[in-house]
Amino acid sequence: MIQAIAFYLFATMMITSAIVTITARNPVHSVLWLILAFFNAAGLMVLVGAEFIAMLLIIVYVGAVAVLFLFVVMMLDIDFSELRGGFIRNAPLGLLLAAVLLGELVFGILVSSAGDLHIAKAATVAATPAGLSNTAAIGALLYTRYLFEFEAAGMILLVAMIGAIVLTHRQRGDTRGQNVSKQVARRPQDATINLQPEVGKGVQL
Amino acid sequence: MDFLHSLFAVSAEDLLSTSVLVLLLVAAWGGDKASRAISIVAFAVLVGAAALAVPALTAGAGGAATSAFGGHIKLDAFAAFAKLLIYVGSGVTLIVAPAYFDRFKAMRAEFPLLILLAALGMGIMVSANDLLTLYIGLELNSLAAYVLAAILRADGRSAEAGLKYFVLGSLASGILLYGISLTYGFTGTTSFDGIRVALGTGALSIGATFGLVFVLAGLAFKISAAPFHMWTPDVYEGAPAPVTTFFATAPKVAALALLMRVSLDAFGGQPGAWQQIVIFASLLSIVIGALGAIGQDNIKRLLAYSSINNVGFMLIGLAAGTAAGASAMLVYLAIYVVSSVAAFVVVLALRDEAGNAIESIAQLGGLSRTRPWLAAALAVVMFSLAGIPPLFGFWGKFLVFQAAVQAHLVVLAALGIAASVIGAFYYLKVVKVLYFDDATDAVQGREELANRALLLGSSLFLSPLGYLLTPWLGNLAGSAAAALFHFA
Repeated sequence: MIQAIAFYLFATMMITSAIVTITARNPVHSVLWLILAFFNAAGLMVLVGAEFIAMLLIIVYVGAVAVLFLFVVMMLDIDFSELRGGFIRNAPLGLLLAAVLLGELVFGILVSSAGDLHIAKAATVAATPAGLSNTAAIGALLYTRYLFEFEAAGMILLVAMIGAIVLTHRQRGDTRGQNVSKQVARRPQDATINLQPEVGKGVQL
Repeated sequence: MDFLHSLFAVSAEDLLSTSVLVLLLVAAWGGDKASRAISIVAFAVLVGAAALAVPALTAGAGGAATSAFGGHIKLDAFAAFAKLLIYVGSGVTLIVAPAYFDRFKAMRAEFPLLILLAALGMGIMVSANDLLTLYIGLELNSLAAYVLAAILRADGRSAEAGLKYFVLGSLASGILLYGISLTYGFTGTTSFDGIRVALGTGALSIGATFGLVFVLAGLAFKISAAPFHMWTPDVYEGAPAPVTTFFATAPKVAALALLMRVSLDAFGGQPGAWQQIVIFASLLSIVIGALGAIGQDNIKRLLAYSSINNVGFMLIGLAAGTAAGASAMLVYLAIYVVSSVAAFVVVLALRDEAGNAIESIAQLGGLSRTRPWLAAALAVVMFSLAGIPPLFGFWGKFLVFQAAVQAHLVVLAALGIAASVIGAFYYLKVVKVLYFDDATDAVQGREELANRALLLGSSLFLSPLGYLLTPWLGNLAGSAAAALFHFA
């Protein structure tokens, strides 16, 4: 009973915040609602017993991705009133397309009632082996059955890193980098000169 | 010991990934000055990987010997055939790229590395026997491709191409992933063999049908088949010419091979469910590719529409759903890769005095008088792409149509032949400009020695001399296609 209440609470909250995310006028508010959506998704994951994925959602999505979004949104200088104008102009077409999609969906459902409709097959094996925690079970699979995919995913991250550097890093002429060896090799007698200026003459450097 | 066996079985991938890591260090310390040396080593690595992939061509069709990492990877003759074509496409890119980028002083040490990483991803794609492996390979290839499209940062068109490709590619990946999750949900497994067994041959549940449709839609984007072709002309036009050469060859082979394995293996028990989708995409690609190209004046855009058109013809072979169809498709694919290489090497040679690329077809007028050999090579490519009989391009089309007719898809074959006549119009228009228009004398650049050798080799392959290769190519494609129909 209590699980059901929790499920409906999380689910309604998540759908509501997802809707507000895309309708909010202020992008900063959007990101905040997105964080709430992630949080509720994590709650749903806990309910189905996937606590590892729930923690990942909180740490990676809320902790890193959403905060990064927030920074980017705050740094971007976008004229939002113009964007809104475009939205209102395009709204009738968007609504029309949505109506068409909805109509097709309803039609598809009506047609499907004529035939047999299989929903997922009953699970024959438990999601995690007995006596293993969620995290341990995922780890055991990652390093055995899915080892190849796991390693290949590492290569994907490498490509992402190379790509980010290739596309954004540039040599700039106007920066003054630090040359440590040059600094260390510098001697006092090269850097300072002793002068004895006459009174009232000043120093010519 | 099973792990060691698996690691040994994917030796081509091992070689590619370890050399990428080593070359990355060289690039980090050597900087862009080392890029030419890295390109040469990267080419040698591709040759090595191809040599490691060759034994699988003849090593038997299936069974334990070809499976690695618990059946997530399948190293059969089909994967080896596709890998060879992929390595050829990547290697050609490495040959033509340095000279091109040096003219802009924009050769990056990371360029050959990204090509190698993309080749690694494509190798994983074509040997994937599990939806997870499929997705990982596809993303590895796609991410590298997005960066490659945008690698000329100073050029606005290159950046635009990269961004367009990235946004649309991500959308397609999302669609594909949604299809994969539906398929997994309704079959309970991600392995191709498992999906084949779970779907059976009876009626398909509506959820599994949705999964299949989404997977095919995602893959149709990657092979730029209509109606998911919209990105192709823009990306082909905007990306630097060597990168376009790459896009037109290797990733196309990988995505088509992947589509073949998914359709014929994972969904092989349900041909009725995907055949109509493939027939629809095939006809639409042929027609859109032919009609869209007519109004184009930019040669890179024209070749983009030509690639959409050719993908349509290859899909006819898939629609047949037989081993003969798959084999015809592989022969067509091999010929198409060589045609693309030849076409883009010519595009690379089209430069004015200042070294700027000439992309307008109108400026090629009378090229036959100023540069007879270049014009002859382009004419051979155009005739071959159009499928005019004495040239080798005809053979691929012939095999595909033959397979379609044998599979009782006579209407599809007839419509395809009719549309190929429309397609012939714009190929012949280029030849007409080359030979019968007034000379504009715009093309001044000299092609590099390596490019000249590539052009000579590929033109000879496409010329009637290519028919000497038909028994050999037919045998290889036949055994590769047979491996596809060898189920555990």
